[in-house]
Amino acid sequence: MYEFFKTLDRRWIFLLMLIAVGLPILRGWQFPERPSPMVQSVFDAIESLPEGSQVWMAYDYDPGSQGELHPMALAFTRHCALKKLKMYYMTLWPQGPPMIQKNVDVLRNEFPDLQYGVDYVNLGYRPGYEGPIKLAVTDLRKTIAADVDGKSLNDLPMTKGLKNIQNVDLIINVSAGYPGTKEWVLYAATPYNISSVAGCTGVQAPYLYPYVPQQLNGLLGAIKGAAEYEFLLLEAYPQLRENPEAQEALRRMGPQLLAHLVLIALIVIGNVIYFVGRRRGDV
Amino acid sequence: MKRTVPIVIAAATGFVLIVSSFIPLTEEWGSAAMQWFNILAAIAFVLGGSNLLRMNLQKISDRRLGWGYAAVTLVAFLVTLFVGLFKVGVQPTESFPTYAWAAPYNQEGSFLWWLFEYMYKPLQATMFSLLAFFIASAAFRAFRAKNPEAIALLATAFIVLMGRTYVGGLMREFLPERLEWLSFDAMTNYIMSVFNLAGMRAITIGIALGVASTSLKVLLGVDRSYLGAGDD
Repeated sequence: MYEFFKTLDRRWIFLLMLIAVGLPILRGWQFPERPSPMVQSVFDAIESLPEGSQVWMAYDYDPGSQGELHPMALAFTRHCALKKLKMYYMTLWPQGPPMIQKNVDVLRNEFPDLQYGVDYVNLGYRPGYEGPIKLAVTDLRKTIAADVDGKSLNDLPMTKGLKNIQNVDLIINVSAGYPGTKEWVLYAATPYNISSVAGCTGVQAPYLYPYVPQQLNGLLGAIKGAAEYEFLLLEAYPQLRENPEAQEALRRMGPQLLAHLVLIALIVIGNVIYFVGRRRGDV
Repeated sequence: MKRTVPIVIAAATGFVLIVSSFIPLTEEWGSAAMQWFNILAAIAFVLGGSNLLRMNLQKISDRRLGWGYAAVTLVAFLVTLFVGLFKVGVQPTESFPTYAWAAPYNQEGSFLWWLFEYMYKPLQATMFSLLAFFIASAAFRAFRAKNPEAIALLATAFIVLMGRTYVGGLMREFLPERLEWLSFDAMTNYIMSVFNLAGMRAITIGIALGVASTSLKVLLGVDRSYLGAGDD
């Protein structure tokens, strides 16, 4: 046994991981979640907003992190739509516009009562890293003069009277790196005292914890955070249970559970081999 | 002159931005500087594109190691640029039925949309997904409890890995209320919001102080490394 594991071909590990990830997906395993206080505070920040409140949806991610972030972005969109909040979408990532478009498609298909330009608007991509944030908080039209289709902000009911974003009720940022949550906190939320919540990748989460709760009301960390958020959303709005797409993050927790268990098993086996080898004088 | 002008521009813009942060009357100056920056950032895409062309053409011309990859990069770049700029496959919109180019470049069904959905997205998702396999292999071979620090790291990793799954919360079902803090999810939350937070806050403050001092050196012209090598 010792020899087998000592010389284990890494392709067996790859196969094991493939089964661990693939099996729950194929079988559709789902597990209930227990929302953490951090996720609860994100949910409460949106849930407590009155109908018609303005929400700035800064979605700064790309297809590489779509697997981790897209479910939470859609969950935010559905929550805001159910609460009848006014949504302004924007991205600082060049690959971001198609990500926003998917959210707009959800609004068009699942919430046909909501009108473009009245209930939500897509402001598209702006280059310049944190530059557009600084301009958006002082004079929006200096960085965004038209929506993604080239329609002037003066012609859209939602943006006609919007001078800057200092008066929005909440900034929701979904971020996969730079520019992202940190920049929105540093240049918009903190100096202008705008409430803010965020969702980020697992790698980013430890870096953003110091901003909670003073500068960020709450933070969703990776797919686990998204699953807990979806769980809260389903509890509050049971009509979403009929929509399997609104349970995407919960569905992805099955592969995460098995993959983590495989990872722990591999670490344990690796250490057993190490100690046995050390006793035998092989290491 | 080649170095003096950029230093003056950097210093003037930097100080304007600092002043505009503290004096509300000068906020407009900061906005103007940021507007210029945004325009320059957009122009930087053109510079970046031309640099990519030059570097890769040079590599192909010199037949340097891996020149085939440079050719693939160039073809991908030029095809994407062409279909995006000329809106290949874009259908006229209902609002402007007689203007073929009125619709957005990334309209559903256009060639650029097709490239994004069926090439760029799957390729990026594949690269990201491969991490799971390589992390598993690396954890098996390298994650060893060799010393007390490694043992602490292993224990933390074990708790957080379990805490980020359904099993982490499941433990609460079997623990009495006063011992719920022993469940993996509670311990994970504690690790993240106490140990991690304290460490990260210290690092963040340290980085901020470092950035402030480096920025001051750049603004005062003491640090000129960002201009690259070369004489005036």
